[in-house]
Amino acid sequence: MADPKEAIKENSMIIQKEMLARQFKDLSMAKELGKKVVYTFVPGNLTELILSFDMLPVYPEINALQSGMRKKSAEYIRDAEKIGFSEDVCTYVKCDIGMMLNGNIGPTGEKIPPPDLLLLSYTGCFTFLKWFENLERLYPGVPVAMLHTPYQEDGVMTEDQINYMVKQLKEEVIPKMEQVSGQKYDHARLSKMMENSAKAEDLLVKILESAKIVPSPIDAYFAGVYYIGPIFTAFRGTGEAVDYYTELWNEVQQRIKLGLGPVTPEGEIKEEKFRLVVEGPPNWTNFREFWKIFYDMGAVIVASSYTKVGGVYDLGFRHDPKEPLESLAKYCMGVYTNMNLPQRVDMLEKYVNEYKADGFLINSIKSCNSFSAGQLMIMREIEQRAGVPVGFIESDLVDPRYFSYANIKNRLESYFQMLEQRKIILKQEEATV
Amino acid sequence: MNKYYLGVDLGSTTSKAVIINEQDEIIGRGITNTRSNYSVAADIARDEAIYNARFSILQKNIRKETDFNVEYKKYITDLESVFQYEQFKVRLDRLGEELVKTCNTMFANVEKRNMMLGHLINIRKAFKPIIKHEYIYHSLGSKNQFFRDIVSEKYNEEVNKLDMALFEPLMTIWDKSISPAENERVQFNFKELIHKAMDELKEKYKNLPDTSTENKSVNFDAEMNLLKGNFDRVSDTLRKHIDEIADLEFNIANMTGTGYGRALLPFPEDCIRSEILCHAFGAHAVFPETRTVLDIGGQDTKAIQVDKYGLVTSFQMNDRCAAGCGRYLGYIADEMSISINELGPMAMQAEKEVTICSTCTVFAGAELRELTNLGEKREDILGGLHKAIIMRAMSLIARSGGVFNEFTFTGGVARNQAVIKYLTQLVRENYGNDIRINIHTDSIFMGALGGAMFARRNIKADLPSVKKTKAEA
Repeated sequence: MADPKEAIKENSMIIQKEMLARQFKDLSMAKELGKKVVYTFVPGNLTELILSFDMLPVYPEINALQSGMRKKSAEYIRDAEKIGFSEDVCTYVKCDIGMMLNGNIGPTGEKIPPPDLLLLSYTGCFTFLKWFENLERLYPGVPVAMLHTPYQEDGVMTEDQINYMVKQLKEEVIPKMEQVSGQKYDHARLSKMMENSAKAEDLLVKILESAKIVPSPIDAYFAGVYYIGPIFTAFRGTGEAVDYYTELWNEVQQRIKLGLGPVTPEGEIKEEKFRLVVEGPPNWTNFREFWKIFYDMGAVIVASSYTKVGGVYDLGFRHDPKEPLESLAKYCMGVYTNMNLPQRVDMLEKYVNEYKADGFLINSIKSCNSFSAGQLMIMREIEQRAGVPVGFIESDLVDPRYFSYANIKNRLESYFQMLEQRKIILKQEEATV
Repeated sequence: MNKYYLGVDLGSTTSKAVIINEQDEIIGRGITNTRSNYSVAADIARDEAIYNARFSILQKNIRKETDFNVEYKKYITDLESVFQYEQFKVRLDRLGEELVKTCNTMFANVEKRNMMLGHLINIRKAFKPIIKHEYIYHSLGSKNQFFRDIVSEKYNEEVNKLDMALFEPLMTIWDKSISPAENERVQFNFKELIHKAMDELKEKYKNLPDTSTENKSVNFDAEMNLLKGNFDRVSDTLRKHIDEIADLEFNIANMTGTGYGRALLPFPEDCIRSEILCHAFGAHAVFPETRTVLDIGGQDTKAIQVDKYGLVTSFQMNDRCAAGCGRYLGYIADEMSISINELGPMAMQAEKEVTICSTCTVFAGAELRELTNLGEKREDILGGLHKAIIMRAMSLIARSGGVFNEFTFTGGVARNQAVIKYLTQLVRENYGNDIRINIHTDSIFMGALGGAMFARRNIKADLPSVKKTKAEA
């Protein structure tokens, strides 16, 4: 394969890079700064609450995906398997454990400090429970706070469920945070942060929904994962996040005005040939190669479920300064993987229609139960309801052994040819009617 | 001038070519084993399809005459067989050169070298007439066996007759020679070769013993007898037709390449299509009511759903595990020391199906031996293996959405009777007895056929099946 070109960088990208650099710098100096460190998860995260106690969040999932992008995951997974983790265990878990075994060096080359609190904020994924049980063993004596998130089994959030979540926050999570941080819970401060959260969320929705324009100014999957970065992790509720999304939204508006296509590492997409909705996380070990296959085909991802794992804001949810704990409860229960399958199908069907997609594609992840369960049903439902060709590819999150470039390219080529043929036929149909 | 369209399907195990005319009729088929040089494999398949097409044009041109004179038809069928032998001879000579070359470089010692050369000459002398006989009298050429397989089998047989000490050096010479010989495209002069074949055919009929109705010989053939009686007349009458097709300028108006090696085919990029689309399109063209296609090829299995236009709406494929593909059967045949063509018939003899737990290709070998040790019959084990393959395919079909309307089975494995038996059984069990199951004799060519159809469609920029549906509406 030819050497990849130097990727184009927009201002928002530079801002995000600086934000991340500061975040990991702070983490590496947590002790000196006298800050406590909380390990937690992306889905249903309680970032504002953590920050309101002046603690620093660490997201093992994000570390794992970054290790994947930096080609470190193979080695980390190997080391985790060496100490007994099975081949079938989620590769995020093994990558994280492997990173820990190798000195816990983060993406910036700085050391990530050990946790002062393990906050299991989301139980929709069973692996998360097991993951933190392992961390508990690896960091003996570190307190664990668990928030049990009820699954939206019936497709609704009941008053009881919300009360149950708030009760857990008040009786389990907040007391543990107070104990670890040595600070008292500050309702007003949390509420203030939520104003920022909602502002950034409004902007994110505008950005993601700009993909409804034909041709789309953004890629809502490959580029989308960068767009969701700050808000899904350590920056929600901060002024920095609001600034970042303001800048990004300006850039997107500028692109719309100039009629420009999405920015990709290979350059701008000049001609949008296909519009797709994608379900499932991307592969991280071969992220750029993977993206390039779509770029080469002129395929733009206009909507994706993955960019909703840390909040389905486009369906209307916002963090609410008026009732911060209740809105955290609703937020946790409302993330994509906590939605039941009919809800997910409804949402994806809406995406196909509203974003005028030509097709629906699933990237099925070997590691991930939360996503994979029900995917074939989802695919068939979308095929029947939305009447678009559906495609199915298989890869993994961060285990490079499960990414076969040749197989994926072969399937995607077939899929794109399917879409192309369909366009020709539909055009002929229209012409003859 | 007539226009023809070519589809080449470069599969992992075999390379297929199909030529169609403007009426979408298949007029030529060619198949060969895929080898390291993909381009040569594609060229050979294409050349064979063109030769085959010349013969079918010939048949067509004289259809009126053949309707009344069966001996004409017999002559042409025989001629094609002998023609295939003539090609074989050229390839064998080429391989012979390579064997000598390898021998010369391998043995510095003159005495030893000469001894080996002597053996090589004797081996060749021993098997050449046998192969010739099989071509000329038993139409070996129509049996879809490839040059490499035919020669390697005979070479092996002869080497095994010799002293054990010779086995290794002679097999090394073979291994080192077959690849270069096989990876080189041999250019044939059709006209020259067909004239040679006509001469050879004349010899055959001259030497054919007189047969009569009383003759109970197994070789008795009424058409052959009729032809023998009229050979010179038939030969003279057909000569001008034969020369005509030999001189026919073959105009391939457009082509499509497909299969795993498609990117390496010497075709322009816009002539390359995914094999999923081609298999579906081919199957749908032959059986227009098809909505679900199962293709079991050498190294993958695909379940494809198509719409009324023959366009793919979704597909699922198994490209991670060889269990259940053609190569799996090949491996099992090797493990059992039988030819791949014998697998199906043997499995059909099964009285029960032994449960095969491991459908991993490599581990199946060990399981096979273990089951034999436990006293299971080979037939029953094979029955179980064939069923296991179909169970895998069924799960893939379920993933792709199930079976709708007509179900068409394509790919090389569709020639295996036992596979068909279990597939039919399981499809009916799972999706109802009224599902119509289509298996075409050209099932292995479906991808190439779909390719050729795409090629034809590109020129006119429309789909044949669309027109058909429209006309019906």
